[in-house]
Amino acid sequence: MTLKYSKDHEWVRIDGAAAVVGISDYAQTQLGDVVYVEVPEVGRKLEQGKEAAVVESVKAASEVYAPISGEVTAVNAELAGEPGRVNADPMGEGWFFKMTVAKPKELEALMDEAQYKAYVEGLG
Amino acid sequence: MRYLPLTAADRQAMLAAIGVPSIETLFADVPQAARLDGLVDLPRAQGELEVERALAAMAAKNLVAGAVPSFVGAGVYRHHVPASVDHLIQRGEFLTSYTPYQPEISQGTLQMLFEFQTQIALLMGMEVANASMYDGATACAEAVMMANRVTQRKKAILSGGLHPHYREVTRTHARFVGFQAKLAEPDPEAREDLASQIDGATSCVVVQSPGAFGHVRDYSALAEACHKAGALLIVVVTEAVSLGAVKSPGAMGADIVAGEGQSLGNALNFGGPHLGLFATRERYVRQMPGRLVGETVDADGRRGWVLTLSTREQHIRREKATSNICTNSGLCALAASIHLALLGEAGFTRLAALNHAKAVALAERLASVPGVSLVNDTFFNEFTVRLPKPAAGVVERLARKKILAGVPASRLYPGKPTLKNLLLVAATETTTEADMSAFATALAQVLS
Amino acid sequence: MSDWSQAVSQFRGDGKASPTVSGNRGLQIEEPLLFEQDAPGRTGVDLPEPPAVKSRLGGVTREGPIGLPGLSEPQVVRHYTRLSQKNYAIDTGIYPLGSCTMKHNPRLNERVARLAGFADVHPLQPVSTVQGALELMDTLAHWLKTLTGMPAVALSPGAGAHGELCGMMCIRAALEARGEKRTRVLVPESAHGTNPATAAACGFAVDPIPANAEGRVDLVALKAKLGPDVAALMLTNPNTCGLFEREIREIADAVHAAGAFFYCDGANFNAIVGRVRPADLGIDVMHINLHKTFSTPHGGGGPGSGPVVLAESLAEFAPTPWVVHGAKGFELLERAQGAARRSIGRLKGNHGQMGMFVRALAFMMSHGSDGLRQVAEDAVLSANYLLARLKGELTPAFPGTCMHEVLFDDRFLRDTGVTTLDFAKAMIDEGYHPMTMYFPLVVHGALLMEPTESESRDSLDAFIAVLRALAKRAKGGEAEYFHGCPRLAPRRRLDETLAARKPVLRWQPPRTDRQAAD
Repeated sequence: MTLKYSKDHEWVRIDGAAAVVGISDYAQTQLGDVVYVEVPEVGRKLEQGKEAAVVESVKAASEVYAPISGEVTAVNAELAGEPGRVNADPMGEGWFFKMTVAKPKELEALMDEAQYKAYVEGLG
Repeated sequence: MRYLPLTAADRQAMLAAIGVPSIETLFADVPQAARLDGLVDLPRAQGELEVERALAAMAAKNLVAGAVPSFVGAGVYRHHVPASVDHLIQRGEFLTSYTPYQPEISQGTLQMLFEFQTQIALLMGMEVANASMYDGATACAEAVMMANRVTQRKKAILSGGLHPHYREVTRTHARFVGFQAKLAEPDPEAREDLASQIDGATSCVVVQSPGAFGHVRDYSALAEACHKAGALLIVVVTEAVSLGAVKSPGAMGADIVAGEGQSLGNALNFGGPHLGLFATRERYVRQMPGRLVGETVDADGRRGWVLTLSTREQHIRREKATSNICTNSGLCALAASIHLALLGEAGFTRLAALNHAKAVALAERLASVPGVSLVNDTFFNEFTVRLPKPAAGVVERLARKKILAGVPASRLYPGKPTLKNLLLVAATETTTEADMSAFATALAQVLS
Repeated sequence: MSDWSQAVSQFRGDGKASPTVSGNRGLQIEEPLLFEQDAPGRTGVDLPEPPAVKSRLGGVTREGPIGLPGLSEPQVVRHYTRLSQKNYAIDTGIYPLGSCTMKHNPRLNERVARLAGFADVHPLQPVSTVQGALELMDTLAHWLKTLTGMPAVALSPGAGAHGELCGMMCIRAALEARGEKRTRVLVPESAHGTNPATAAACGFAVDPIPANAEGRVDLVALKAKLGPDVAALMLTNPNTCGLFEREIREIADAVHAAGAFFYCDGANFNAIVGRVRPADLGIDVMHINLHKTFSTPHGGGGPGSGPVVLAESLAEFAPTPWVVHGAKGFELLERAQGAARRSIGRLKGNHGQMGMFVRALAFMMSHGSDGLRQVAEDAVLSANYLLARLKGELTPAFPGTCMHEVLFDDRFLRDTGVTTLDFAKAMIDEGYHPMTMYFPLVVHGALLMEPTESESRDSLDAFIAVLRALAKRAKGGEAEYFHGCPRLAPRRRLDETLAARKPVLRWQPPRTDRQAAD
């Protein structure tokens, strides 16, 4: 199982040919209380770096970009009623959607846990 | 000058505190060529008396609708506004307050708007309403754009019974925002068949209740036809008082309602400011334009209200906002809300019944004038009559007799010669027997 | 049976808020909703019994009750009076809101707007019967054109954002008439949200321009972004950092050289009215917020009015209706025909915000050319006075003097545990509406203050004293105090997260009532 991060603070957890995507703890702290999540439809084809979802707090709305390319296979239906899960457990219960891994090579462009930690510290 | 508190001494002291020799230094960034050394070529300051006199002189050149028999409608209606309304909206805390972005010190505005949203939702028979738009015509255009977003389609069908201003505004938006608005032919006899025009590319059908020519129709079947094709039904209401008697848009199956609230609490004001109304189904609320007030609690657990779902709006979403609207029609909404509060269920339904009764009586009187025929089988407080000659000339001649006889269709549809003998006539609770008599008599004279 | 007692009990909350039995605190009354004061059949308007007539509604009648509550006149008057007492307003104190220009709303304006000859006139009366109304619109147009130096003005837009839409639509129409397709609009990062929202609404792609170290548009970056696909630059001047764009003529020249249009957001006109004509700065189109510079009241959020002045290159595209001088007096061109054949068409019902035109013209005539010039001077003087007296305790975002508004950032709060938001909420307990916060986005934790010309020196000094004291308090380690503010306003901090997660956008009858009804 591989865990990678994008510079836009999305994480993607790969298990073979299946991936789960969410936003990082840093991202949820920056956003504040999440009030709404707009997830993509199952079946939608996503491109790395292009808009995949939207996450809203009271004062901001942020695009969530696809960390890799692939097709959406499932979405977290719990977020509709409990968007706060993104704050409470961003790496676990706060997942946004699941997708296929169309181009495994794209993972090379992403950061691992240590690299992401250093990146976030550098943001100051 | 009475509105400028700073004295010469104040200005000197302030310049000293800032550490600059003159006010000119503070304008140093302005390019020399753009600096005006002298005054612009306009009159100098005047006292209240002079300003009042000058403006009163202009006002005196207008024929006041309330001073003569007046039957002008077409989307703006003269109703009696109770005396309390104008007093209450002039309280400084309402009149001179800002948008309620700091909710702790804006609970007056926020509670009022929450009540307004509820009242409008109830009137329209819809689940949720917003805190107002500029006017009915812009609300209509916004409704179409919302339907486009919800259905992800771009073709709107606009009824021939939709107010021409609303059609025109929607068409302007269609051209520049990038969607299609198919305008059905003006429909004075309410014969159009819109259902057959709906296809898989239609985002919405927009109808008006009562229609621009006055007809009252049940759009339930049309709503079904829309929904079957995956399109939305938008119902426009230009006379809010009609909702006290006519079946509500929600009961007909409307998905979005756009309307004009001027009839409640607001004077004619020569066309503005008026009051855009907007309501829809709860499931579409995140696609709604305009401000929304929501209920919540404060840190001590007390009920209170805040602006909410703000991430739809321009100040947060910027280029991805549902609309660019910022300012709304807050004070006009307050006036409407107070009027509805005073009327209540009993008063509002009675007001509607009165309006209808007046119109029925007037229609009978006018139809008995030789040469005049009533076009409508149904109407609420406005109907269309066919005259034996062009209505515009008749209206002009009646105006010289100090009767405001209604709106000639040619004013609203100048490019449609087949409509030129049609006259739109409105009656409200303010219309008297004497008014109707004067109108019928003068009309007979002018037509003979 | 009314839900009064049930409703009032909600206001007692957890009892911590108030030592009183009722939840009221002296003159501050906890006022339930209208719907919680209903008595079926009760009304505050006496109407005659409608005569029995044969219905012409075709059977398309209302099914069931609407649900409006019934109250008497005394109850309604009390209801709204109590609500008004929970509001801050210009009539009660300074609103130092940047770019909002919250100035005094003269009551003369209310009197003249209510003259029957303006208020009780229908927009679709024969034009011969409304010559005075058209004369007023024409006079207002003359004042706006003279003050801005521009040759034409569109009066119909209903507010500033609507004016922006008007301006951008005219630009697109002009480009189409030229046979050009340009799809990009340049917008500074400091711009008000309506700018990119409007550009996007008109089908343009928004391309942001950064600010330089002096808080102004980076001219080099702007020139690099200009190209044959750029339709327009949207600029506010003075900008939202309160600074005059010194290089505005160079900016205008560069934009025009690239074949693009220069849109100016006129929200900050109060800084230069009567002293500078925007036409002399090279603009092509500008909306003016009558509810800002020209004092029409904000009314808790609206209505506004946003007329748009236009250069010759755009005048012919102005939206209808046009007020023109004809053989028989004033005429209204309501269709895109004849002289108005290239108009973009109608943008609003009827003719524009007449009620605001009357108020704005009364304001202009009261001040005159000399008074309006003084307005700009006093506005700029007051903002700089705030800057000079506050910069010891707060941190100005940019060096040098400012125009009519002054921008601070949150560096002065660093390591205090107090945020810009906390600071603002403390101001509320001191009796002040907070300044604009977190805008513009180009500085961190922005505090943008615009005093306007309406504040006396006493008012400014009192305001300054409170801000200095609060800043000292924040730096003195009293973060806890700030986190709990406000304590004295009609409400403490409200849970906006709850409001957004579980939106309750209307009153619903309590469950028991609904169950009984079923």
